[in-house]
Amino acid sequence: MKNNATFVYSPELLTYKFNQHHPFNQKRLELTVDLLKSIQALSDEQIVPPRKASDDELQLIHDEDFIEAVKRAGRQELPMDRANNFGLGTEDTPIFPNMHEASSLIVGGTITAVDSVMEGKSDHALHLGGGLHHGFRGRASGFCIYNDCSIAIAYLRQKYNVRVLYIDTDAHHGDGVQWAFYDDPDVCTLSIHETGRYLFPGTGQVHERGTGQGYGFTFNIPLDAFTEDESWLHAYKTSVEKVVEYFQPDIIVSQNGADAHYYDPLTHLSASIKIYQEIPKLAHEIAHKYCDGKWIAVGGGGYDIWRVVPRAWSFIWLEMTNQRDKATGKLPEDWLEKWTAQSPVPLPTEWMDPVDMVPVIPRKKEIEEKNAQVVAMALKIIQNSKL
Amino acid sequence: MMKTNVFTLKENDSIQSAIYLIENNQIRHIPIVDEQNRCIGIVSDRDIRSAVPSIFSKGNDSGIFDKPIRLIMTKDVITVHPLDFLEEVAAYFYKYQIGCLPVVQNGKLIGIITETDVLFTFVKLTGADQPGSFVEIRLSNKPGNLSKVLEIFNSFRVNIESVHLYPDKKELDKKIIVFRLNTINPLPIIEKLKAEKYEVLWPNFPGMTYEK
Repeated sequence: MKNNATFVYSPELLTYKFNQHHPFNQKRLELTVDLLKSIQALSDEQIVPPRKASDDELQLIHDEDFIEAVKRAGRQELPMDRANNFGLGTEDTPIFPNMHEASSLIVGGTITAVDSVMEGKSDHALHLGGGLHHGFRGRASGFCIYNDCSIAIAYLRQKYNVRVLYIDTDAHHGDGVQWAFYDDPDVCTLSIHETGRYLFPGTGQVHERGTGQGYGFTFNIPLDAFTEDESWLHAYKTSVEKVVEYFQPDIIVSQNGADAHYYDPLTHLSASIKIYQEIPKLAHEIAHKYCDGKWIAVGGGGYDIWRVVPRAWSFIWLEMTNQRDKATGKLPEDWLEKWTAQSPVPLPTEWMDPVDMVPVIPRKKEIEEKNAQVVAMALKIIQNSKL
Repeated sequence: MMKTNVFTLKENDSIQSAIYLIENNQIRHIPIVDEQNRCIGIVSDRDIRSAVPSIFSKGNDSGIFDKPIRLIMTKDVITVHPLDFLEEVAAYFYKYQIGCLPVVQNGKLIGIITETDVLFTFVKLTGADQPGSFVEIRLSNKPGNLSKVLEIFNSFRVNIESVHLYPDKKELDKKIIVFRLNTINPLPIIEKLKAEKYEVLWPNFPGMTYEK
């Protein structure tokens, strides 16, 4: 029987770990899985373990030299000056033992999700360990080593020859994926992020629209700091609906960084948990409307791993499996009890955030107006194509 | 930085041929050369527009298109040399209010550089096309001050994509320095800078003072 969704996970994914104090912490996977199990929304039969990606698969996107460097770095055999050329051994992506194996497992997890959907085992697949959208062809960047999103898309193109719509709602620009398919008219990337004036990587401006044959298949919506829910959701819904109608994809790949939240230490978009309920809802809807249900979702950023990520990512799975009603009111007692002692901050007690969580700021109207203009500018090309 | 694949015409070529060249190659300037490839003139899209009839004019002006380009070209051409620096070239555009400069070496035309090329090079210099985070600080203009800041960056093992330094208009004894740092997480660095009493101007957020 066909399941409607596959959950790719194994505790081995937690081996992608830079160091104790690093903001990128995959413990959030464990917290999310535990939360889902605690509300009886995830069973062992739905979980499929990730496999390691082969070197050939990594080379769909990455240079051989880079892969070799990551392997040597993981065995402590790469001199520091060489490492820095590949973006390794920095504060962002420090070297850790067996980093090649841990990173290939993440890539393989996203490929596992792809195969599950494309082989018809399930309509949707979720791999929260993935979403490392900053990885470049020959360089690690922004906590990302191998770019599982880019590799999975290249794999989809090569093995299944489908047109891919990539939707990136991480607070940071999905630069690695954008540049990997910048000239490809069969891969459309849409990234909604905080403006590069305030935030890494600084790219992702409206005018980055692709090049050559790929012109018009890259969309960027850079939003102002302090955007908040309403304006964020306006940008998301408007752009996703317009772009999917224009591009008519065969499959949706969504990157679900959960770092636009008010509590996130690295970013300034001031969204609440509400957007993380709405994001998968629309992705789910368009997957059925345009792609016969085909939808692959991955994780991404998310640096408040206690208060934000477990709830935000649970919503994706609950949406995929039509169990939204399991996430209302209070969070389960046993989950709170289990993790309260470990959490450095008080855990939220409810699924939704308190309405007065985000302070009122005087510039709200101005920011909303600016964002609306950015959305209109980004989508103008679609309007023009219809003339 | 310059383009070496230059579209040129001879002085007796027709205005029509210049129109074709400009439209088909998305260019705005055509250097005019002689048999020895010496640059003897230049024609811009504006020269052509003033020469051809208005789209509103009736009557038969088709003869205009057959006239030779030498009648409308600028003969006193400002040129540059391949060894000139970017900032000198940029100053020419500004000073003479022109849009392109033929590059001449040994009397021969070897390339062309336009405002767009200069702007593109400036974008590269700012590092804006590479992943990075902005940090802007105000420093008093004393030798050695910058190196102390660099020491801090170095202690975090972070690479610098670009550095700009410009005089502070308000406090003349200070300079404002903009760094583009190759890190997704500049917070620890900013905290350290602030702890060491550096004036961090950016990232700052206009309107960040919350109404309580």
